[in-house]
Amino acid sequence: MLVYTIKRLLALIPTLLAASILVFLFIHLIPGDPASILLGDTATPEDVAALTREMGLDQPIWKQYLLWLSNVLQGDLGTSVFFREPVLSVIGDGAETSILLATMTMFWIVLFGIPIGILSATKHGTWVDQMTSGGAMLFASVPTFWLGLYLILIFSVGLGWFPSSGFPSVSDDGGLANLRYLILPSLTLAAPNAALIIRLVRASMLDVSREDHVRTARAKGLHPAKVAIKHVFRNALIAVAAAFGFTFAALVSEAVVTETVFSLPGIGRLVVQSILRRDYPVIQGVILVIVVLYMIINLLVDLAYARLDPRVSLK
Amino acid sequence: MALLDVTDLEIAVAAGGKLLPVVRGVSFAIEENETLGIVGESGCGKSLTSLAIMGLLEGSQVRITGGSIQFDGRELTTLSAEDRRAIMGDQMAMIFQEPMTSLNPVYRIGDQIVETLRQHRDMTKGQARDRAIELLDLVRIPEPTRRVDSFPHQMSGGQRQRVMIAMALACDPKLLIADEPTTALDVTVQKEVLDLMADLQTRTGTAIVLISHDLGVIAETCDKVAVMYRGKIAEAATTRELFSNMSHPYTRGLLNSIPVVDHDVEWLEAIPGRVPTIDEVLPGCAFHPRCPLAEDRCNAEDPAPRDVANGHAVRCHFAGGAA
Repeated sequence: MLVYTIKRLLALIPTLLAASILVFLFIHLIPGDPASILLGDTATPEDVAALTREMGLDQPIWKQYLLWLSNVLQGDLGTSVFFREPVLSVIGDGAETSILLATMTMFWIVLFGIPIGILSATKHGTWVDQMTSGGAMLFASVPTFWLGLYLILIFSVGLGWFPSSGFPSVSDDGGLANLRYLILPSLTLAAPNAALIIRLVRASMLDVSREDHVRTARAKGLHPAKVAIKHVFRNALIAVAAAFGFTFAALVSEAVVTETVFSLPGIGRLVVQSILRRDYPVIQGVILVIVVLYMIINLLVDLAYARLDPRVSLK
Repeated sequence: MALLDVTDLEIAVAAGGKLLPVVRGVSFAIEENETLGIVGESGCGKSLTSLAIMGLLEGSQVRITGGSIQFDGRELTTLSAEDRRAIMGDQMAMIFQEPMTSLNPVYRIGDQIVETLRQHRDMTKGQARDRAIELLDLVRIPEPTRRVDSFPHQMSGGQRQRVMIAMALACDPKLLIADEPTTALDVTVQKEVLDLMADLQTRTGTAIVLISHDLGVIAETCDKVAVMYRGKIAEAATTRELFSNMSHPYTRGLLNSIPVVDHDVEWLEAIPGRVPTIDEVLPGCAFHPRCPLAEDRCNAEDPAPRDVANGHAVRCHFAGGAA
């Protein structure tokens, strides 16, 4: 297991290289250059040219890439063109919001997705199942920005239960109570993903419940609830665990929209704004961080997989 | 009073808002220490009969529509689900056809045996584990103290079926139902598993219902035989009586379709035709479309069981010579 983990971490390196080259090339395909965006409409061509030279953007693209890469290898992700701050600290500022948002979202996904999925599978074919499956279908199809806006409309504007936007740090005044700013955004993010987990738990449990070993479990005289959890769900969990890797990928892209709708100072919104500002170092830095996270999460999923299914051996 | 007494059992499948009968008027009884073989082709209702006795039809499209199942003096068809579960795995246990898939792949075999024990007996985990090792030893799994921690995928088919038998015997059941326990196994392993079951029966006195499509297996292991065809018992007798005096043309057809090793034959005998599907309504004897003896009468009138010898009942107009 340890050898496997080390091997997988080493395999990160070529993937990261490939990802960074792709990102570097794609960014330079986007029309518009950072110097003129930074200096605004009133800038003279001479100013723009000077700034371009200062930022090293007049160099051939492969030279720019190698320079950036050698800096990254020394732990320097560069300096934000817009904030005039190191990229690492810009990302750090957004990290608190994003990490808390992702944690709360995962909490909702597990809290709603798994029990409702189990309920739906055990009540399979009844009105309970039809209600939950229908609801899951609805939430899986609704776009996150629409759901976010409606939650704001109902719970912030209408009922006034939760704030509609922003997020002061938990280290500011209010402390942990500031987490209430994240309730609506995390619910928005969780809804489509929890819906997918509900459907997946239901489908895999129904698959497993047709297997022979479930009949063996019933023949032992076990209570149906024990058969459902200990035998059916436990086996269905193998497929569900694999889905959490994909869920994370979905969260990253949906977080961009949700953080924008709720004006959260997270990494998702940072990416969007940095793209608009052509803040190349920040975009590259953030995407590098997301790729690393994504690969670590997938490694964790594979390790969990081996824990859940004794037939899987990691080599 | 017999340990298990099945009388006029009727089972039907719910399909498209209709109930299609699949087991009709099946009766048999079995005493302690006795082995009853139920033989027939796929779809004749033998497995459904065994699942009905075990109580595993609940939640499926199949239900008992009539008759009674008396077990150890209790009527099972009217028992609550909870009381049923108290019997399942304790006084009555079952082993299945597919040893490769009948064990839960994610749990160690020892834990799966322990689960049965702790469900029905007041045991600590340690006691149950010790008992599980004893049971593995009883079913002749080598190195039981080590194998108790194996996962199912680390064992062969024959070993898994032994584990299933160990699990079934965990609570010393009075009745063991074995649904094609050797069909999926190699011939040499088949023999070992059948010998093991017979051996355990002499030790524990457990009654066994053995479901099979293989008359050879039945001849070797059973005291009594019931031959089923299309949901009914076509012929029932003691094994000795049945094999010396086969009276139903279907039973003879089954025997003739077994290859005899020392005879060099070009073609194996087969029963002509096919088993009618469950939604086909046939007047008269269910076997008449495939029967070499069939006459007009067979098409019109369903034969009632008649005794051709003591305890030997046959559903055929021609049984016992008289037509």
